[in-house]
This record gives sequence, structure tokens and C-alpha cells, in this order.
Amino acid sequence: MLEIIWFVLWGVLWAAYFMLDGYDLGLGTVMPALAKTEDDRKLVYRSMSPFWDGNEVWLITAGGVTFAAFPATYAVLFSGLYTPLMLILFALILRGVTFAFRGKIDDPKWRAIWDLCLVLGSFLPALLFGVAFANIFKGLPIDGEGIFQGTLFTLLNPYGLTGGLLFATIFAMHGCLWLTTKSAGELQARAGALAKKIWPVVLLLAVIFLLASQRVTNLYDNYLARPVLFLIPLTAVFALLATRVFMALGSWWKAWMASALTIVSTTMFGVVGLFPNLIPSSLDPAFSMTVANSASSPLTLKIMLVVALTFVPLVIAYQVWAHFLFKDSLTDDEVAYEEGH
Amino acid sequence: MDVLLLSRLQFAAATFFHFLFVPLTLGLSLLIAIMETIYVRTGDQDYLRGAKFWGKIFLINFAVGVVTGITLEFQFGTNWSRYSRYVGDIFGSLLAIEATLAFFLESTFLAVWAFGWKRLSPKAHAACIWMVALASNLSALWILIANAWMQHPVGYAIRNGRAELENFWAVVSQGFAWQIFFHTISGAYILSGFVVMGISAYHLLRRNETAFFTKSFRLGLTLALIFSFAEVIQGHIHGAEVAKIQPAKLAAMEALWDTQANAPQTLFLIPDEKNERNLMEFGKIPGALSMLAFHDPQAEVKGLKAFPPEDRPPVTLTFVAFRVMVGLGFLFMLLTFIGFLRRNKLEDSPLFLKVMLWSMPLPYIALQAGWIVTEVGRQPWIVYGVMKTKDAVSPVAASQVGISLMAFVVVYAILGVVAFYLVRRIAIQGPEPLPVPVSKGEV
Repeated sequence: MLEIIWFVLWGVLWAAYFMLDGYDLGLGTVMPALAKTEDDRKLVYRSMSPFWDGNEVWLITAGGVTFAAFPATYAVLFSGLYTPLMLILFALILRGVTFAFRGKIDDPKWRAIWDLCLVLGSFLPALLFGVAFANIFKGLPIDGEGIFQGTLFTLLNPYGLTGGLLFATIFAMHGCLWLTTKSAGELQARAGALAKKIWPVVLLLAVIFLLASQRVTNLYDNYLARPVLFLIPLTAVFALLATRVFMALGSWWKAWMASALTIVSTTMFGVVGLFPNLIPSSLDPAFSMTVANSASSPLTLKIMLVVALTFVPLVIAYQVWAHFLFKDSLTDDEVAYEEGH
Repeated sequence: MDVLLLSRLQFAAATFFHFLFVPLTLGLSLLIAIMETIYVRTGDQDYLRGAKFWGKIFLINFAVGVVTGITLEFQFGTNWSRYSRYVGDIFGSLLAIEATLAFFLESTFLAVWAFGWKRLSPKAHAACIWMVALASNLSALWILIANAWMQHPVGYAIRNGRAELENFWAVVSQGFAWQIFFHTISGAYILSGFVVMGISAYHLLRRNETAFFTKSFRLGLTLALIFSFAEVIQGHIHGAEVAKIQPAKLAAMEALWDTQANAPQTLFLIPDEKNERNLMEFGKIPGALSMLAFHDPQAEVKGLKAFPPEDRPPVTLTFVAFRVMVGLGFLFMLLTFIGFLRRNKLEDSPLFLKVMLWSMPLPYIALQAGWIVTEVGRQPWIVYGVMKTKDAVSPVAASQVGISLMAFVVVYAILGVVAFYLVRRIAIQGPEPLPVPVSKGEV
């Protein structure tokens, strides 16, 4: 039972990370398309700077929980996906320091370097997380010793790449919507227009991904066994449709919420389909990393649960407070004031 | 080169670099919190400017610390997967707790602090930086509890082919963990004090913003003075603990080959690992090592020869690093004591200010040396007495690790240069001139 609770929490933590860092990775990716002037760019950065780090801690926690609750899975997954993970880490390094370094020297060339780092450092993780998770859904070539029998190119199969593109585009849309809630005037109009342009691509990729999952993965087995679970992918589909409706109405906060729900339910669609596997083996189902063969001891899971139930609600409370503290649209005055500090 | 050596080099490079940025954030967050509190209480603008000026330096260090910290957490999985699998039940949970308790708190409140000058009352704003100081020190506590478990594993049982948690309380409350915590945190406070004093000295030498930098210098001095003395005393207790728990490490720290009662402390020697002896020993103080390690001049101290060669840590590196750390520790006591004597006439002490300016790198060297003693001295074990480092490495291709190691070196070198350049630039620019823009609550 403890293992099952932790399996669900494991999925929820990754989903929370994608929902939160999704908007700044996405906005980082499309920044050059939206921001035409230096004032625009400053505002785009400022819309993310108070949040990117807090969002990234969800990744640290998701990684830490994989380590703590399913150490064998952590070991197999992180060593198996060595190269893509390293690429993600280096990209996140560039993305993170960009926020600290860019504004420190008043020189267009200096800023251009960091703008490039932001784009690369945002796009690569978005794409690679999608590739990685799609491949997990599909199953990795892990042998009886838990050793990954493949290369980076094993992961770059059509299904994996579809997953990567789905993540990258849905994050981009999510990021545009984030900016619409923080900006006004032309910049907001451009962000809204781009979100509307990306939406059909997301829809197309989502449909391809859901259909391909039926052919390439065993995700639907759990759903066929318990049809009530189909509510999860249905939520994803409805949330995506609702995103477009709210965009048309100009209700930007609601549109952002709907795209957040799309991301969470899409991730949970895969996670629930995986159960009881954390990493199915594509070589032999007997080699799969499962809830049963990779969980920590009951004592560790119990202690971790107490910690999680005590502190995660607290974390959510103060992160929501921080988001509300900075919820108003930004004005040029305020951005200019903070530049000096 | 084989995958083990490459993985060790990579982890060493990544931790080394990470720990160039973290210690300053531990102490500087505290100093900024104190400055802002003084400002809130007295209204002295210099302390408000101080919080903002040192805050800029803090933020750069913090950002680099964060992004290089994530790679460390993930490297346990990418490069040390067999270790992760074997001890994840204990070690993994400590890392997860660190993230949940400390990192969220730190990152959220730091952002509110950095961007909330106009949105919070001065008191609430000061409370935010206190939360950051608390959280960063809390994260140090949890990661050091995890490290202490690698040094001295307790509260576990070997079951199901791995180490499983038996007693969580034993893991978090063990004395060795708290020793490592106090030792590391004191080092970080000394370093932070020295950086603040060094940068302040630069400006005091130029008679620039003397009132402002005298205040900063004195705060840094107070912190460094208290913890330089605490560090030496606590370091002695800590060393005695190492003598009991990790006798091979102690023998390597002292380059002591033969087990002996009344073991001497040798002031100068050159270890000769190949021939299991020392060259040119002189300045032997009989019984001093027994006294220091066990508080008894007759106590027997185990020598390196008591351990099979494959169970000995690298001697020369451990020995030299220990000497460097201890020597610098005494130097910090001396320098901060001189600072205490000259605290009221800093501007008339150009020589002392110059010394303090050029002393800035020293605590960095001392801290890195300390970690070399801790980590290299633990070899060949990754978990002392439980798992060897060579059994812990991931089954990945050496070429993969080789490439990532090169990437680490290149990326980190660039980051290091840029971060140093920016911090130096901000430090030389000095604080924003008066008057400081008002924040909410004063309007």
C-alpha cells in the first residue's frame, strides 16, 4: 500500500514540475519571437525571475523522491539515460545562470549571449524530458542487471520524438499564456496570438501521441481493466479544448490554468498507465523496474510520507502566496526600479 | 582511463566547484539578515544599502550554487548507480528531505526578498531574508547528515541485498553528523566574514564610503572572529571523533605508519607512500598525537600498516590537505584577533587592511582542503566499512563519462570566470549612493 501511495506521489511530483517549470521553459523557448524590444525582453525575464528557481526545486524533489522511494529505479533510470540527463543538466545550468548574469552588464552583445543561453537552456530540457518520458512509457532496453542496452539514438525513435515535440510545444503554449497574465498591450497581444497559433499543433501532436501510445506502449492495459481511469486522458483532452475556449474569450488566467491541467493530466495519463512498472523493460517484462522490486523499505517510505504530508502542503501554501504577491501585471516602472537592485 | 577514475574526477570537480559558491551563501545570508534587521530597528540607511549591496553578491553566488547543486544530486544516479541502489533507502531519503524542507523555503523566500522590496513592509521583508538564512543552513544540516552517514554509517541493517533503514533517529542524531555540521558551517561563516572584510578593506584603503564599509567590516569581523576560535576548539573535538571512528583516516592525516603508544606529533615530514615510511621527519613531540587524539599521552594510535594496503586512503594528499587546513585555521584566529584589536582604527591600519584584502582566497583553500581530508581520507570506502568506491560506480561507458567530464570542466570554467568577474565588478562598484529609494511602509 505504501509503495502504491509513493508511486502516485512520484507521478504527481513530476507532473507538478512539468506544470510549473513548463511555463518558464516554454516562455524561454519562444522569448525571441515575442519580445521585440529590450523593454519587452526585460519584462519577459521579470515575469519568470521570481519563480524559475522555486519551480526547479520541484525537479530536485522529484529526483530526490525517485532516489528515496524507488532507489533501484533511480539507479537504473539515471545511469541508463546518462547522456540525455547530462544534456538536460547543462541546459538547466545555462538557463539558471542567465537570470543571474544577464542584467549585470549593460551591453547588447552581453545580453544577446544570455538570450541565446535562455532559449537553448529552455528548449533542450523541454524536448528531452518529453523524449525521456515517452521512452519510459514505451519501455527502455534494460537487461536483467538493470543495465541500459542502448544509446542516445535508441531514445530518438518516432514515438520518443513525438513525446519530445509534444512537451516542447505544450510548454511553449503554456509559457505564452503565462506572459499574457503578466503583460499588457502589444506584448500581451503577441503572446496571446502565438498561443493561439501553437494550440492546433499541440492538439495534433496530442492526438498522434494518444493514438501511437495504443500501438507502441502497454499504457492502455490499465485503462481497459478499469475504464473509470479513462477520466484522466479525457480530462487532458477537455482541458486542452478549454484552453482554446478561454483564449478566445481572452480569459488569460483561466487559459493558463487549463493548460496547466492539460500538462498534469497528460503526465498522469502516462504514469497511471505504467503502473505497476516505473520503467518497463522492452527486452523482457521480467526485467522491468516495478513498484514491488524497486521500492524502499516500509520504514523509509513511512518516514518520507510523514515528511511529505507535513511539509508539501506548507510548500504549496507559501509558493501560492508568493505567486499571489507578484500576480499583477508588470509595469515598466517596476521593472526599471528592480533593474537597479 | 577507466570509468571509476573518470567518475571520481567528475564528482570531485563538480563538488569542488559547487563548494566554491555555497559557503559564502551560508554566512552572507546571515549577515544580510542582521544588516536588514539593524536597518529596520534603527533606520540607519547604511544597513539598508548594505543588505542591498551584499545581496547582489549573494544572488550571483546563490544562482551558481543552485544550478551546480542539481548536477550533484543527479550524479549519484548517473555515475554512482550501484551506490544509489545499495544505500538509497537511507541516503536518498535524506536528500529528498533536504529538498522538501530547505530548498523550497530558500528559493521561494529569496525570490520574494529580491523582488519584494516594494510589496512588503520592511519587517516582513527582513523576515524573508531570515527565512533564507534559516533554510540555507537547514539544507547544509541535511546534506551533512547524509555525508556523515557515509563517514560513519549507523541505524541501518543489511537486508534484501542492500542497506535498509532501521533507526532514523540514530541517523539524524548521531554526534558525528553534528560535528561535521558545526565544523562545515563554522568554516562557511569564517569564509563569509573574510569575504566581507576583504571587499570592505578594498574600499577602506581607497577611503571610499568609509562609514558604510567600516560597519560591514565590523560585522564580518565579528562573525569570523567568533567562528575562527570556535572552529579550532570544535575541530579538535571533531578530530578526536575521527580518531575513534575512522582510524585509517587519522593515520593518513598524520602520516603515521606504525601503531604505537605515546604517538608523537611530527611538525615536519614528507610521506613516502611507496616505501611505507616518511622522509625527513623532524620536530617530533612525543605523546602529542596520542594526547590530541585520545586525551591520553600513553594511548595507542593505529598506524597505516595496521590496515592492508588496499584499505588505506591516499596518504600524501590527505596529510598535506590536513596540514593546510589546520595551519590556515590558526592563521584565521590570529588575523581576526588582530582585527579585534584594530576594530576602532581600521582606517589607520592600511597594512592590516591590505593583508585582509589578500586573505580572501585563504578560507576557500581551507574549506576545500577540509573536504579533501574528509572525502579522500575516507577512501577506499564510499560508505566507511560498508561499501567500497570501486563497487559503487555506474555500469556506463567510460567514453560517456569522459565526454561529460570534459563538458563539466569547460562549462564550469566559463561559469567560474564569469561569476568571478561579475562579483568583482559589483564589489568594486560599491553600494548604491544615498539616498536609497524608499520601500513600502515608509511612503
